[in-house]
Amino acid sequence: MLNILNERIKQGYRTIPFPAGEMPKLPERYRGMPVIDSTKCPNGCAKCAEACPTDAITFDSEMKVDLGRCLFCTDCTDACPEGAIEYTQDFRLAARDREDLITDGKAFELAAAVEEKSRKIFGRSLQLRQVSAGGCSACEADINVLGTVIFDLGRFGIHLVASPRHADGLIVTGPVTKNMKLALEKAYAAIPSPKFVIAVGACAISGGPFVDHAEQQNGCDSVVPVDMYILGCPPHPLTILDGLLRFLGRIENQ
Amino acid sequence: MTVATLAISTLNSKPVPVADVPVVPLDDFRELLKEQLVPNSAALIALFGVPAGPQTLRVYGLTSVGATSEIHLLATDVGDRYPSFTQHITQAHWFERELAEQWGVVPEDHPWLKPIRFHASYRDGQDAWGRAVGEKILPGVQPDGTDYFKIRGDEIHEVAVGPVHAGVIEPGHFRFQCHGEHVFTLEIELGFQHRGIERRLLGGPDKRTMHYMETLSGDTSIGHALAYCQLLEGLADTEAPLRAQAIRAMALELERLANHTGDLGALAGDIGFLPTFSFCGRIRGDFLNATGLICGSRFGRGLVRPGGVAFDIDDPMSEELQKRLAAAHRDVTGATNLLWSSSSVMARLEETGTVSLETARALGILGMAGRASGNDRDVRRDAPAGYYRFAQIPVSTWHTGDAFARAYVRHLEVQRSCEFLLENLPQIPADKVRRELGPLQPDVIGVSLVEAWRGAACHVALTDSDGAFAHYKVIDPSFHNWIGLAMSLRDQQISDFPLCNKSFNLSYCGHDL
Repeated sequence: MLNILNERIKQGYRTIPFPAGEMPKLPERYRGMPVIDSTKCPNGCAKCAEACPTDAITFDSEMKVDLGRCLFCTDCTDACPEGAIEYTQDFRLAARDREDLITDGKAFELAAAVEEKSRKIFGRSLQLRQVSAGGCSACEADINVLGTVIFDLGRFGIHLVASPRHADGLIVTGPVTKNMKLALEKAYAAIPSPKFVIAVGACAISGGPFVDHAEQQNGCDSVVPVDMYILGCPPHPLTILDGLLRFLGRIENQ
Repeated sequence: MTVATLAISTLNSKPVPVADVPVVPLDDFRELLKEQLVPNSAALIALFGVPAGPQTLRVYGLTSVGATSEIHLLATDVGDRYPSFTQHITQAHWFERELAEQWGVVPEDHPWLKPIRFHASYRDGQDAWGRAVGEKILPGVQPDGTDYFKIRGDEIHEVAVGPVHAGVIEPGHFRFQCHGEHVFTLEIELGFQHRGIERRLLGGPDKRTMHYMETLSGDTSIGHALAYCQLLEGLADTEAPLRAQAIRAMALELERLANHTGDLGALAGDIGFLPTFSFCGRIRGDFLNATGLICGSRFGRGLVRPGGVAFDIDDPMSEELQKRLAAAHRDVTGATNLLWSSSSVMARLEETGTVSLETARALGILGMAGRASGNDRDVRRDAPAGYYRFAQIPVSTWHTGDAFARAYVRHLEVQRSCEFLLENLPQIPADKVRRELGPLQPDVIGVSLVEAWRGAACHVALTDSDGAFAHYKVIDPSFHNWIGLAMSLRDQQISDFPLCNKSFNLSYCGHDL
């Protein structure tokens, strides 16, 4: 017993004050919200679009970026000859509507909180059921890590529960493989109303690297109605936490 | 006539012409493989099919011989049906089920011929279970003529778990045959995570290939990215610069550290021993953040690239990493040692979920779980590539094969990986970090092995006359080991299932692809 207490003293107190206190600083090479300064684009250049593995960048009459497809990889930044594309350090990457994620290269509008009525019900006690519908386990791991002492999800009244019947909503990862479609539908149906769905990661938003594979559904909004999208591949735990807290109105738009 | 004289041999990532792989009659193929595998002088690393004509499937058998670091390649041609190898070479069992499912061939008298991923045959009109083209194939729904393993009796009950599980984890289906708390057998059915990656690799590499490799099994991004890049470099007859090889090895060990730390914590959590659960949950993040410092992604995405690595570690970063790792090493050791000194924890771990050495060898259970049963195989020693040719890490094994052994081997590997990192970070060889790759050699077959954190990750590519992928096979270490979990539950308490499952912690998506 004494050795356990001794170890506890050595391990120390590690919970971060977020969302209070200063914004946490992520490593210099971290790839947060991407922004494109199209004034720097050479005429007729579409190298970023050609390089993008998921065709997130398109040049029709104008440049459009579908951040729901973004894997936060380095292919476009490597391809750009003028440094027009940059990943910022901004880890806040949650949006309420799928359309908000299709931008002209500038940052998108961050998720607003759910309406007053839902906030009254979920604001202090939010039970989430995680369903991995083809996820590679990275998003799942970074959701799971929110329960550990650094982030301590429990202090916000948010918990991951064992059954959809105990849950207020689903937190979905993975592109929704054909083999998981029914399980996802059933899990959603088993949640008592009022309920909601949060899609975490590029796969759950658009199919991620597997977009347009016949074996999957290009994201979960073809199967269940989605209330919030959290970007990343995988999103940093702070990104997920920021999204969840924004959803509950615990963070105002800064 | 022995396999050593007949099969062609090569080294990790060194390709050979496809035409040089001997294609022998079926009986010879089986006998030659059996000669190496039954006395356990080699491991079966791959057994897969490539169509070779309208009714012909060329089956390749690849073995890894630890003593000589060689990989042997052999092939045989089969038609629609052929006598199953599994009766003679038990390690072939899961590979033959994959052959049947992917190509519609029937290995006759296979002891348990059932789908493993629940998808349609790649050859229209050829289905091993007689399913029609376009027929809906539902995961977990047994094809005609097959069923879950069932035990009959008045007091027997069947427990079904999944696909969706109680925790935050990928989906799979577990079917237990129980008598009260006692489990007679466990059957595991997967395929829920099948994303169809292997098929998309054909004709590549293209702009998505690297990203498939990094997400095939998301917690093994470095392992699979490295296996792929090593393979490409072999196909292009180029080596990554030494500095890149060192950084890659360190990233692979960091991945191992993060996962082992997480698993030790999760095991403690399932036992209800919260101190280690809490501490390790955090310390895993420390290792992930170290990887994130190097390349911006906690899971190492974007780091390993064909020709080397995309990010360098300069001296200030190396010092920062050493500082962090020394602290994390102290922390994880302190947290984990609490487990061994707690009799209630040891009582749960010891003699629970035992897989004997004999079973591990017979079923080809590799990697960390295999080493815990005494199956002494580790790619870093048995088929060293990259930096592991110069800096060796002692192989960690244990002999009891129980949940304790699988926990203890993780603990030993954590120690050894930390030591490796602390020793090599201050002395990364001076060199570039990336080299351009030339064209890939045409008409060759290359095999790349990496000791990913769960075990051997094996990538095999056959190139066509343009040097593009005519065929690509990925074998995640979990492909070998799911049967190990099923075996470990025999004659156990059903309440020990979460513990046994965590003690293996296998990849669902790595298996399903």
